[in-house]
Amino acid sequence: MAKKRKNVRLWFQAAWFALTNGYAKGFLEGKIYKGATKFVCVPGLNCYSCPGALGACPIGSLQAVLDSGKFQFSAYIFGFLMMFGALMGRFVCGWLCPFGLVQDLLHKIPLFKKKKNLPGHRFLKYGKYVVLVLFVIILPMTVIGLTGMGDPWFCKYICPSGTLFGGLPLLAKNPTLRSAIGFLFSWKVALLLLIVFLSIRYYRPFCKYLCPLGAIYGLFNPVSLYRFTIDEDKCVHCKGCQKVCGMDIPVWEKPNSVECIRCGDCKAFCPTGAIHSSLEKIKRNPYGGITESSLDK
Amino acid sequence: MKKSFQNKVRGAVPFVLLLFSAILITAGVFRGEAQLVLTKAINICMECIGIG
Repeated sequence: MAKKRKNVRLWFQAAWFALTNGYAKGFLEGKIYKGATKFVCVPGLNCYSCPGALGACPIGSLQAVLDSGKFQFSAYIFGFLMMFGALMGRFVCGWLCPFGLVQDLLHKIPLFKKKKNLPGHRFLKYGKYVVLVLFVIILPMTVIGLTGMGDPWFCKYICPSGTLFGGLPLLAKNPTLRSAIGFLFSWKVALLLLIVFLSIRYYRPFCKYLCPLGAIYGLFNPVSLYRFTIDEDKCVHCKGCQKVCGMDIPVWEKPNSVECIRCGDCKAFCPTGAIHSSLEKIKRNPYGGITESSLDK
Repeated sequence: MKKSFQNKVRGAVPFVLLLFSAILITAGVFRGEAQLVLTKAINICMECIGIG
């Protein structure tokens, strides 16, 4: 049952990737899509320089606005982040992020003994907040070049999604771009390879320790429309939910932890069915518990 | 009674956030941020692909 549900999630992630990166001509010709849909942000870490991308990456766009020298605050991008966060929180990470899908697939490779966390997880998990504040906000806004604009520091020096979905397919098809490869590209490929290697052994290391988008959406987990609740009457505190959780969350204690990517493995595993999502609650009580008989009274 | 009120407040939070996000997005469009994002997104981002 749990395996079948896991496959449903993988297929959903793949379908979402195909839907938001459906410009096949871009992959064939080594060009990017230039249509008007690109002013809309997609929820996941989806590089807008991916040849198939039909929308804009929220983190890339945030840096583009902040490093432009025209704005001190991006109402537009924070609006999108707030909208996705308020609706789903980190459900985006678990179901709608292309780089999350890559890490999930890599973790399925039957190599090495599988582990959930890197050594030092307790401290490393705060790395994503450092990346968010430093590389996405402060450095692009404060380190200004001669043109009066800053650099997108996260995209330039860290983002493995840009290297994988943007850099590699574009360079494979474009000799002019290939001739411009230098140290920066080598650095980014090395970082991508490190994350790929780590993802085979550890569950989603990029999401856990580096992703600024996950850091933002995580803050919405406790207040988003899609939330988990624990039925205290049913929960037997077996801690099985934490054992099956790739993000290593004590779900029975913190069902809306900032680390939860809403994969739903805990819900599928729970022997007593004590974990519910807000969606199920709506299904059970479509009108907030108001029934015809209660209205008659 | 108190818990029920807290639940109601908690239930309203995402809707308030959604309303606020719609206001922010609209404000962003009028400030010209959407156009800036589009311009950036329809040109190959050299930094993103590792060329610099």
